[in-house]
Amino acid sequence: MKNAVLLPIVVVIVLVLAVASLFVGGFDISVETLLNDAEARDMFLISRVPRTLALIFAAMAMSVSGVIMQMITQNKFVEPTTAGTAQWAGLGVLFALIILPAADPMTKMVVATGFALFGTIIFIAVLRRLSVRSSLIVPLVGIMLGAVVSAVTTFLAGTFDLLQSMSAWRSGGFSSVVRGFYEPLWAVLIIAVLAFALANRFTVAGLGKDLATNVGLRYEQVVFIGVAMVAVATGVTTVVVGFIPFLGLIVPNLVSMMLGDDVHKNLPWVALVGAGLLLACDLIGRVVVAPMEIPASVILGVVGAIVFIALIVRQRRHVSA
Amino acid sequence: MSVLESRRRSRITGPATYGKDRPRFTPTMRLILLSVVLAIAIACFLLLFVRGSFAFAFPRRLNMLGAMAVAAFTHGLGTVVFHTVTNNRILTPSIIGFDSLYVLMQTLTVFVFGGTAIANTEGIPKLLAQTALMVALATILYRWMFSGKLGSLFLMLLVGVVIGLAFDSISTFLQRLLSPTEYDLLSVKLFGRLSAVKGDYLPLAFAVCVFAGVILWKRRHHLDALLLGREAAMGIGVSYKRELTIMLVLIALLVAFSTALVGPMTFFGFIVATLAYQLAGSYRHIFVLPMAFLLGMLTLVLGQFVMQHIFYAGGFLTVIIEFVGGILFIGMILRKGTL
Repeated sequence: MKNAVLLPIVVVIVLVLAVASLFVGGFDISVETLLNDAEARDMFLISRVPRTLALIFAAMAMSVSGVIMQMITQNKFVEPTTAGTAQWAGLGVLFALIILPAADPMTKMVVATGFALFGTIIFIAVLRRLSVRSSLIVPLVGIMLGAVVSAVTTFLAGTFDLLQSMSAWRSGGFSSVVRGFYEPLWAVLIIAVLAFALANRFTVAGLGKDLATNVGLRYEQVVFIGVAMVAVATGVTTVVVGFIPFLGLIVPNLVSMMLGDDVHKNLPWVALVGAGLLLACDLIGRVVVAPMEIPASVILGVVGAIVFIALIVRQRRHVSA
Repeated sequence: MSVLESRRRSRITGPATYGKDRPRFTPTMRLILLSVVLAIAIACFLLLFVRGSFAFAFPRRLNMLGAMAVAAFTHGLGTVVFHTVTNNRILTPSIIGFDSLYVLMQTLTVFVFGGTAIANTEGIPKLLAQTALMVALATILYRWMFSGKLGSLFLMLLVGVVIGLAFDSISTFLQRLLSPTEYDLLSVKLFGRLSAVKGDYLPLAFAVCVFAGVILWKRRHHLDALLLGREAAMGIGVSYKRELTIMLVLIALLVAFSTALVGPMTFFGFIVATLAYQLAGSYRHIFVLPMAFLLGMLTLVLGQFVMQHIFYAGGFLTVIIEFVGGILFIGMILRKGTL
């Protein structure tokens, strides 16, 4: 299908999903009550709008992070949850809970971001020392690193009696997102704009260190900036809504299957498709067991695992480990 | 690459590792030496620091020793054989979703039937049912691996790990819905626990170990041949696919049973196997396998003894082992640069 046709269709679908996300829920809100009923209007502004915005920002954060990481590591299966970045951010949150129980969300975000940055640098360092960097080994190493960090988190949480609050936070979801709590996610917009500005550099970095250096790219610098951006995006998202697994994996892969590997051209698509996918998962989670809800991250975890497996089976014909 | 460098590399990454240089002790002597150390450690564990009634403490300690033997045997031997057939020394069999499936099963039990169900349904049938489910998952994965033209081991592992992540995400959500009391009852089940294994299960557990042990003993030369790699092994007349299938199913049985009995221990087998390669003084399975078992026992017995009587934190042993194992794992990847 031509892009000229595809783009408007995708935009319309995402808009419909966003509107649906605004109007679906336990408290009955329609356009009519919105105009006439002050209570409905309050509810709309306090709960629905922040939730939908949080969904869109978190989706952008995770899918843009996925693109950046895939370019830096030259591997299609790397994203914050398969590289351990999210698990490190989780350890950071726990660390903040233990050391500074009364910390405000902002402090927690700084700590989580610091941990995420540290963990991602470790992952990159491990990758550089790997002699075999096949497409399947890289994510396996990342997932194992994440498992080690998760084990540490679980151990510490168990010692300090925070296990259940950790599992509550890990599968976070968007049900608790209200006005006054989601605002830090606006920072994701800055990351998205920055990613767009640096897109061409990431594309070149994706060609590999030697080639990138040859054409005049300050490779190490670009890698560090990319890692730092991913760490901030993951840290902020983790504190506000918890883990969102696999989003950074599915969306960039879908987009690059359609459009190729030009980051500059792909980024708006990635942000758009990511937002659509997360909005859809959140809507499904809210509708199927209403008035209860299944967090979007759980649905993504399951759907994402299936898509991930489908992707590697597809690759199996082209690449073997 | 200089000669020295290439020799160093071949020693690090090659499939066969002979101690540091030429072994000062023969592999048999090493095994005997370790057995003596282990015997002393077991005697200390069983007999020292008994407060109160000896008649009360002794059977309990003996019970725990039995659980340790089962854990050391299943994880130690399972991991060594897994390393041999997959031709890597980093991964451990429990990562292909065993732990996650186990946690999901426990969480579902509590979620559907309530917190007390987890204690009430305790028994051999539950143990066997859980083992069967985990073995079924592994077998489906293995079959699928062999089905395609380009079936790949790493592909299978990755698929297993990703399925595990999906299980985790469901478990985490369900755990969030439990009441704190129910969650407390569940959380006991989510860590490896050596002291809570019932004596009634041990005969069955020993039977499983003996069964696996006999098969491994009979096939020890085939395993040695598999170390040479797929082509070489086939070249000297080993039916590669057949051996691989038998071994993978056996590993699945061992690790699944141990997980159902003692609880999840992801990195324990990894520590034990890594140490066994260093200390066995030979690459032959006839030495490496017993070495792994003895080292596993020693780790658990000595660890429990020290934790219980010096740090007064006996319940945390498995968690500490997982922690140390995880760090060792990261260190090994950094050092070896390969899987």
